[in-house]
Amino acid sequence: MNVIELDRVTIAIGARNVLAEASFAIQRGEFIGVLGPNGAGKTTLMRAILGLIPPNAGALRVFGRPPRRGDAAIGYLPQVRTVLPDMRVCGFDFIASSVNGDRWGVPWITRADRKMIDAMLAAVGGRDLAKRPLAEMSGGERQRLLLAQALFGEPRLLLLDEPLIGLDYRYQEAVIDLVRRFARERGITVLVSAHEINQLIGALDRVLYLGNVHAALGTVAEVVTAPVLSRLYGADINVVHANGQIFVLSRGRNVEHADHLHDEDHDHNHRHERHRHA
Amino acid sequence: MLDYDFMRNAFAAAGIAAVVSGLVGYFLVLRAQTFAGHALGHIGFAGATGAVLVGMAPIWGLVGFTVLAGVGMGLLGERISGRDVAVGVVLALALGFGILFLHYYTAFATQVTTLLFGNVLAVDRSMIATLVELGAVTLAGLAAIMRPLIFASLQPELAEAKGVPLRFVSTAFLAIVALAVAQSVEIVGILLVFSLMVGPPAAAQRLASGLWSAMALSAGLALAEAWLGIAVAYYTDWPVSFCIAALSAAGYFAVHFMPRRSRPGAGGLAEEERTVSPS
Repeated sequence: MNVIELDRVTIAIGARNVLAEASFAIQRGEFIGVLGPNGAGKTTLMRAILGLIPPNAGALRVFGRPPRRGDAAIGYLPQVRTVLPDMRVCGFDFIASSVNGDRWGVPWITRADRKMIDAMLAAVGGRDLAKRPLAEMSGGERQRLLLAQALFGEPRLLLLDEPLIGLDYRYQEAVIDLVRRFARERGITVLVSAHEINQLIGALDRVLYLGNVHAALGTVAEVVTAPVLSRLYGADINVVHANGQIFVLSRGRNVEHADHLHDEDHDHNHRHERHRHA
Repeated sequence: MLDYDFMRNAFAAAGIAAVVSGLVGYFLVLRAQTFAGHALGHIGFAGATGAVLVGMAPIWGLVGFTVLAGVGMGLLGERISGRDVAVGVVLALALGFGILFLHYYTAFATQVTTLLFGNVLAVDRSMIATLVELGAVTLAGLAAIMRPLIFASLQPELAEAKGVPLRFVSTAFLAIVALAVAQSVEIVGILLVFSLMVGPPAAAQRLASGLWSAMALSAGLALAEAWLGIAVAYYTDWPVSFCIAALSAAGYFAVHFMPRRSRPGAGGLAEEERTVSPS
């Protein structure tokens, strides 16, 4: 069964097309790496799958039907994560806030929910985070908390938007490994966006490359090639294989690495702005 | 001290306003929207003076204007309501209108002081009844939206994806803040609304990391500071509002500069590696 299906889908933000006439299908249980330059539409695609952005044309189907906002079968880890500077709420309450968070009334959670939060925290190796205030967690610890939250509630589809930003490379590998194992055991379909293909390379079933309003879905050998990427980046791209790693180069410069640095910078600015409001 | 009727009234009124302010204020601090709360008080000034001008009780002008302004801020969107400049401009405009209304109602000087700095010792029975009603409505409203409010405050991006109507929640919350502000103005006045709505929750948030414990602590601190303030004022003859404001500030700074106990498991890389190792 196809979990996600795009049939000549066009998505625009304002007047700018992010995706034009894109068609592809993702099957149940696949582990898909979503890659491409900044602004290529990785986040936009995920938001469309979540039902937050309606396609301008074409048919987008999730679990065989048009996406609905608030689908409990989708676990989501957003890229922009607002962290208020003085947030002293503990990890457990942070995750608990998302349990049925769209219902009205006073929040209380069942014993089963409580158990499941504990189990998900244990799954990401973050049992000790339950009682710690968010403001005192490192970036990696926060990421682990968000991952535990995304895994909560037996999702059938996981959308992880840049879950590796701010993690050192050994921990990146551990996170990907953990998600892959967790998903494989339960037949969960996973979309993970990242800046560098090497962060995901061992875990991928297929890769979805976005760029230049186009999308290319296929195995690494099919998609990560000079002709395909040149079209997506709109520039002359060389693909170099070395030591089991893949380097995507434009005139000798590593494009993925340059993107990554730029994005981190952007992230800092964002946080800075948040501080000013406090 | 409790032999006097006006003292008993003062304790009752301050108690209601403090608990409501402490609970609502916790979310105001959590959402980093304290400036909006401050502005709502000033907007209430225009409402109160306007109400007197047309022959109504000031509290209803206060409630009407603050709720209207709160809803307006909420509808302008998550961004605008948190934006200091827009809020500041509206705040100044509201104070300006307050002065204009005063200009047409000159026999009002003592009431202005009451509005700006509160006068809990002048509260009567009927005002207490009003405060009970307003307090009940405020807390019922807060309870109704609490779950999505917490979710949207802690992680707006995910809340949106999960179907929480962010704009509605934020608008409803500001209306609730407006009601709480109107009640707390009766006790400490417009200029000192922060002493009940921000001081106690800010201190509580630093002390407790559980949502429920922080909320309870915030209400408790507000109550203790309000009652202690009245008691201190009774024995020293200082203004009540000063005593509450001073206690609120003292509470906040005491917590702020308190040495934080070192937390277990806060080690650097070594800890990270140990808990993380994959297989």
